[in-house]
Amino acid sequence: MISQYIVNGLLTGGLYACLAVGFSLVWGVLNVVNMLHGSMVVLGAYFCLYGVQQLGLPLYAVAPVACLILFVFGYAIQRGLLNRVITQPILITLTLTFGLDLIVNNLIIHVFSATPQSLVTNFGTVEFAGVRVPVVRVGGMLVAVILTLVLYWLLRHSKIGRAIIAVRMDRHAAALMGIRIPHIYALTFGIGAFMAGAAGCAMALIYPVTPMMSGVFLGKAFVICVLGGLGSVPGAIIGGLVLGVVEGLGTLTLGQQWATSVGFIMMMAVIVLFPTGIMGKKGYE
Amino acid sequence: MIIDRAFALKIAFGVLLFACGAMLSAVLDNYYLQVGTTLAMLCSLCWAWNIVGGYMGYPALCMISFFGIGAYAGGIAQAAGVPETLAWFVAAGVGLLFALLLGVPLLRLKGHYFAVGTIASVEVLREVANNWDQLTGGAIGLNLPIHAGSPDEVGRYFYLAMLGLAFIAFLVTAIVDRTQFGFGLRCIRQNEQAASMVGINVFKYKVGAFVLTGVLGAATGAIYASMVAFIEPKDAFNIIMTIEIPVMVMLGGMGTIFGPLIGGVSYVILKEFVWAYFINWHSGLLGLIVVTVIYFLPVGVLGLTWRDIFRKFGASKSTRPVTSDIARSAS
Repeated sequence: MISQYIVNGLLTGGLYACLAVGFSLVWGVLNVVNMLHGSMVVLGAYFCLYGVQQLGLPLYAVAPVACLILFVFGYAIQRGLLNRVITQPILITLTLTFGLDLIVNNLIIHVFSATPQSLVTNFGTVEFAGVRVPVVRVGGMLVAVILTLVLYWLLRHSKIGRAIIAVRMDRHAAALMGIRIPHIYALTFGIGAFMAGAAGCAMALIYPVTPMMSGVFLGKAFVICVLGGLGSVPGAIIGGLVLGVVEGLGTLTLGQQWATSVGFIMMMAVIVLFPTGIMGKKGYE
Repeated sequence: MIIDRAFALKIAFGVLLFACGAMLSAVLDNYYLQVGTTLAMLCSLCWAWNIVGGYMGYPALCMISFFGIGAYAGGIAQAAGVPETLAWFVAAGVGLLFALLLGVPLLRLKGHYFAVGTIASVEVLREVANNWDQLTGGAIGLNLPIHAGSPDEVGRYFYLAMLGLAFIAFLVTAIVDRTQFGFGLRCIRQNEQAASMVGINVFKYKVGAFVLTGVLGAATGAIYASMVAFIEPKDAFNIIMTIEIPVMVMLGGMGTIFGPLIGGVSYVILKEFVWAYFINWHSGLLGLIVVTVIYFLPVGVLGLTWRDIFRKFGASKSTRPVTSDIARSAS
């Protein structure tokens, strides 16, 4: 029984990691708390649903396109709107993204309606050592984790990735090295949006999605980001898995209604006790 | 406390406004009393937030935590048989304790961590209110004894009560504006380390400001709870409101005496207009208002000078120190 909950928690945790990594990257590099993140996840999910259900395209073709659309969307938002206020105090950037979130969410409701929708898939279940899991959840989790790892690799080894890290470490020095700061900011935000889209596609496979869920997704991203430390990709993975398991165990011991609160209370505790996250140092990847 | 002519004029103007507001209660009909009560409520929340957010420059997003705590404290006290007015004072006391409890750990944090910690407090409290059925009635909500009297009398009574509280919040702001305490808060906004170097007990000042905000917020919540006679978690701990309040203050001008009033009034008018004509688009249009305020009025109405108004609007980047010194302390 407990092992079932832990496995479920780990599976959800993989998704959470993918959900939070973009948020964490944006927070760490741009110093912006992106309140828009939840809506971007929902947007990814709806693009996926629309492509599969309305256009009848296969899932593996739709999902990458949905993520790419979100990348472009994120790049445009950062380049056009956020870059203008990026040096302002956080209250300004946070409120701005909150305003954008209200707009985007309203548009989603208007275009896709507020009815919960989900992709009906049937890939069967697998059973291992008395633990039953649906294949689709394993698949969604694997894709999410692989994407997160790819992002980690890119940040460490690609030229763009090093540029992002350099901007994060010292914006002024990076500018002197010939890095185009506005472009890198926009790329980072675009990557954040891409990851949000990927998480959205995976979510659409597993849970029914409504535009109202953007707040829930945003809350999870907050918790994981604080748990794992800002802008740290391994931190996001660990934070996501920890949150998944803790929520699973919280459901088991305290009941379903407390599951979310357990996450938030844990976050309050971490924020007060270790403000740089469980992963410690103010990470440089 | 420093009192010069400009300040005395400001206070006189404020007192006059409130006196007019109180006298209007005799002639207004129930709908306008309702609007007036909402306005007074939002203005007192704005004034309360302005102490921490405006004068001290901390991005506190927990205004609604205080409001909700006050609403529930007052509501539970009243449901247990405490008389209404006493329940409001009980709620203010609970607000004080809660602000201490929340402020002491959170005020050690800076910037984003502080902002996120304060937002998280709203989420945690809402979940607690949702789940602690025995105390709060859970998601079903909590019924309070209804204030006796005809609808007109009740409306007028709560209008005057809310107006009185807003007046208190106004006076508190005015006092903070002109005393050593407020001076210290402004120093903290500009540079916390420098403030502590010139002998300001930074932590004490910060907690003090937080407590003032908490008490005013909780009292507002308690009066609101008595007025509507029914509270539920998603109403008392509304996450949108917790960001709307700073937007209102920003619209009017942060760290000023009349900024919260101007911001609150213009925001309510805008919002009523949006609700009346674009019901399906209201959240999107509110978002648009928020974005517009940030791009075109980052220093608020009171931060504008005549020169700003005649110059090209978009180019007016923090001409006044109000936001630029907050920027420095936050970065």
